[in-house]
Amino acid sequence: MTETRDQIAEQAGGGVHKKFMFVNRKAPYGTIYALEGLEVVLISAAFDQDVSLAFLDDGVYQLVKGQQTKALEVKNFSPTYRALEGYDVEKLYVERESLEARGIREDQLLVPVQVVGAEEMAQLMDQQDVIIGF
Amino acid sequence: MKFGLLINEGPYNHQAADTAYQFARAALARGHQIQRVFFYNDGVNNASKLTEPPQDDRHIVNRWSKLAQENGVDLVVCVAAGLRRGLVEDNLAPGFRISGLGQLVESGVEADRLVVFGD
Repeated sequence: MTETRDQIAEQAGGGVHKKFMFVNRKAPYGTIYALEGLEVVLISAAFDQDVSLAFLDDGVYQLVKGQQTKALEVKNFSPTYRALEGYDVEKLYVERESLEARGIREDQLLVPVQVVGAEEMAQLMDQQDVIIGF
Repeated sequence: MKFGLLINEGPYNHQAADTAYQFARAALARGHQIQRVFFYNDGVNNASKLTEPPQDDRHIVNRWSKLAQENGVDLVVCVAAGLRRGLVEDNLAPGFRISGLGQLVESGVEADRLVVFGD
């Protein structure tokens, strides 16, 4: 029942290329949205699609370095963001206003990103075929 | 138009599950197609046949089953999200099937619009 990446890539896609953007708006812990959202990103990387990620609101916390989850008794899944490059997912956009509102600097993030203003983020969203928000 | 639907919230807990259903009904009534409905996050609970709401309330799960039966709508529950929440083949309501996240991405590729119902 669980499909392998190769099987998925074979059965779907069918040569159609679309622009997929995954919009992350929620903190990494407290709810499951960030973790299960990331699982969709990893599967979508198996398809030959143009995948990008956007981080805004509390979603910017997902990328902050030095996450320690031991006391919460949940898995620290932040290293997975570093693995995205290996899946050819390299377009990570972070909204400047969301960083500033939370006092987070770009050098505190665990992967290279493009910091963009809200207006530019809106333009990027406008260019997408599929937007999935978690 | 061909619509794909993604439902990320549980029944009775969140409006998303109701709105998604009403959207599907309205779209079909206007002659559109529902390519697939994919259930993810707590949305997988929309597929539990163990659901028993009070008599005077709408039955969200049976509503989906009826929609599948009447219109042949493909209702797909994510296997990983389902396992995490105890939603497996044995307690699946009629009309639903369990499959992988690839089905969601495929929906994004094949549908003209993928509409997300979530928080």
